[in-house]
Order: sequence, then structure tokens, then C-alpha cells
Amino acid sequence: MKYALYPGCTVLGRGRNYEMAARQVARVLGIEFVDLDDFECCGFPIKSVHYETFMMMGARNIFAAEQKELDICTLCSACTGSLTEVNKHLIEHFDEKTRIVSTLKKNGINYRMGRNIAVKHFAKILYEDVGINEIQKLIRKRLSNLNIAAHYGCHYLKPTDIYKNPEDPENPHTLDELISVTGANSINYSEKLSCCGAGVLAISEDLAYSIARPKFQELSGNSTDAMVLICPFCSVMYDDNQKKIEKKFGEKYNLPVLYYPQLLGLALGIDAKLLGLRMNRVSTRALLEKIGA
Amino acid sequence: MTELSPKFKYEVAQEPGGEGIKLCFACGICTASCPIRAIDEGYNPRRIIRMVLLGMKQRVLSSDFIWFCSSCYACTERCPQGVKFTDVMNAIKNLAVKQGYVPTPFVQQIDILKRFGRLYEIDEFDNKKRAGFGLPKVEKARGFTKKIMEMTELEQIILRKNEK
Repeated sequence: MKYALYPGCTVLGRGRNYEMAARQVARVLGIEFVDLDDFECCGFPIKSVHYETFMMMGARNIFAAEQKELDICTLCSACTGSLTEVNKHLIEHFDEKTRIVSTLKKNGINYRMGRNIAVKHFAKILYEDVGINEIQKLIRKRLSNLNIAAHYGCHYLKPTDIYKNPEDPENPHTLDELISVTGANSINYSEKLSCCGAGVLAISEDLAYSIARPKFQELSGNSTDAMVLICPFCSVMYDDNQKKIEKKFGEKYNLPVLYYPQLLGLALGIDAKLLGLRMNRVSTRALLEKIGA
Repeated sequence: MTELSPKFKYEVAQEPGGEGIKLCFACGICTASCPIRAIDEGYNPRRIIRMVLLGMKQRVLSSDFIWFCSSCYACTERCPQGVKFTDVMNAIKNLAVKQGYVPTPFVQQIDILKRFGRLYEIDEFDNKKRAGFGLPKVEKARGFTKKIMEMTELEQIILRKNEK
């Protein structure tokens, strides 16, 4: 299994722990990552401003992977959505692909027309390409005393019509199964499918924080040990901004927020330090003590 | 403000993603599903669709609330008519930008993307830190994003705001 690793902006800027854990886990599971030096922003931030620019930015990243004949592995769900949407458009509209390749060429950005590739989120690669059974065989430390709240986020699931094997967005299961294979208990909770609010963070912090709040209110009142997520944008809301949200509403949550590869890494027996677990904003110390890591 | 543009809905429909607007039969499941609406009643998908269909062009394009969509796609998934409201919102916002309405955070993001190719600059200091954590070096962006923005004349489009 070989993929071009597409880190995106937010992982490089604010999610070093995610990148560390993903690379560690990939190594143990036999997934090879190739780093391309011509990846830039996926275009997501520009979609609402100027669609043509968004399309060109996404397409150019896809062309970069096509030159190497590699499928793309994404870590950020917003990148996943954007690149999947653009890729689908290019695959279904050969004339558009030709047009964008030649427009880029006229402006000195040279990519030849390549064979179509696929864009896949790391969690989907773990679930579909590695598989729960294979992961099961490599588990060295069952995390059976942990109660974990899965946070799917929006773009990993939706819009369903861009994805090849979409899950039911009202009743998804892949992240729950990936959590369960570590031995941890993936809890059911009513705010499970809520949006983190990051999409409006740049426009209104108050609004974004109000959207993130209900998940904290529900999870801080039960026996949840951590929230587990798969998108750096969601992590900015729930981990980086948790203190600010506590302050705004005069509440206390103290809820550790882990990236899924960090949780899986612990179960695979990888050292917590190598998984970047000291870099999570909300302390993971109590959680690590609980599992004896 | 009260002047109506009966053709506004066709303008929206012609933008990429905007074509679904004409399918709406006003059931309101978009509004009922919207996490933004649950917090702030100023944002209401069904109302925005009605305003577009009625031709309230200037009021829609100049409003702050069109920028409140979190793009969670809850409305898109649940709509029984396949309106794809998240995409319709992008079409509306693209039209607003062409009229010169661009929120400042987007202007700042575009500036950062032009300079660094990403939303964050990864400099030598970051690369030293990355090396300490066993992560590979991130090369400086090669200016592709900047070039694309020049090709599509994005700056000229967003700078129209200042001409107003």
C-alpha cells in the first residue's frame, strides 16, 4: 500500500501530533507514504469566494499525484471533501481535465495528462484497505478500560454523492469500528454527529463556540475518557479552543481530545511520546495513566 | 433595498452548484437540520431560498448572514428535492464576491495563501522543530497557488470591494 501523503495546511500548521501518529501507525501497518514537494493548499478556503480558483487549486494537487501514479491519502476531512469533489469532476468530465491541464501549461505549470487516481481519508484507508481484521492481529495492548466518544465530523461523511463508498451519514460506523478494534468502548451519545463549528470560526468565534458547546456539555457529564476525531479543523475547535469555550460559558469540561491514529498507536504498542500525545492541548496524562502507558 | 431582480434565481442557477435552487418546494427540512439556525435565527436556509426566488438580489448578496453557513451538508443530505443547499450557498457567495462583498477574513486568507501556498507559513524554525520530532522537511511552496490566483484574476475580483 503506497500513497502520496497530502498533509494540507492545518495539519502542518497546528497538527504535528496528528502527523506524527499517522506516520507511526502507517509504518506499523505497512502503509508507505510518499511526500510530494509540490502539494499546496487544497482550495477549500477559496470555494465560497471563487469556484474556478478552487477547482484549479484542487486539480493541480491531483495532477501532482497523477504524475507519480499515486493515490492520495488525506488527513484533513476538509481537504478530503474538496479534493474528492474536484477529482470526481475531473474523472467525469474529460474535457474539463483537458482544459485545466492546458490552461496550467499555458501559464508555465506543466503536468501531463495522467491516469486517474483516488483520494482517500487515512481512516478510510485503515478501514477499507488495511481492514479491521488485519489491524486486530497487530493489537498489542487492548485499551478495554477506556470509554471513547467518536467524533466523525462533517466532511468525512458528507456530501455522500462525492464518495465512492459512502456511509449512512445519519448512522455511520467506520470510526466506531476502528475505535472498538483497539479494545476501547465506543460510546453512543446524542451529539455524536454534531458539527464542530470550525467552518464559521473565521467569521464569528462566538457562533463557532456555541456550535461546539453541546458536545462538551454532554460528554463532560458522563464517564467519557476522551473524544477521538480525524480532522485537524475539528481538533482546533475541541482541543485548541476548549479552554476558550469553557471560559465563554463559565463551564468546565477537561475532556482530552485525541486523533484516532494516536489511540490506535497506543493499542499497537507505540510509545506515547512518538504519537505526540504530549502535544495535545488538553492534558492526556490521566488517560495515559489509566491505561498504564 | 426593495427593488427586485426577477432574474436573480437564474443567475444563482448558472453558478456552479447553484442549479438546484429551482427545485425547492419549501418544506423547510434544511432549516430544521441547520446547526447554525439552532444558535442564530438570523441564518435561515429556507428563508434565503425564498428571498432568492423572489428576486431580492441586493438584500441577499449584501447580507452578513450568507457567510454563516458552516458547510456541514446536513441540509444537502436531508433535502427531499436534491437542492444541495450547501452548494447553492457557495453559488450565492460567489455572486456576492463578484459584487464586491468579501468578508475581511477571506481577503486575509487569500493574501496568506498567495504568499505561502498554505494557510500557515512553514519556516526554518518549524522545520527544525519537525526534524526534532522525526518529521520530514517541508519545502517552501513553489508559488503554484499564487500563479493560479493570478490566472483567475482573483485579486482583481476581490479588490472591487475597495472601488465601491
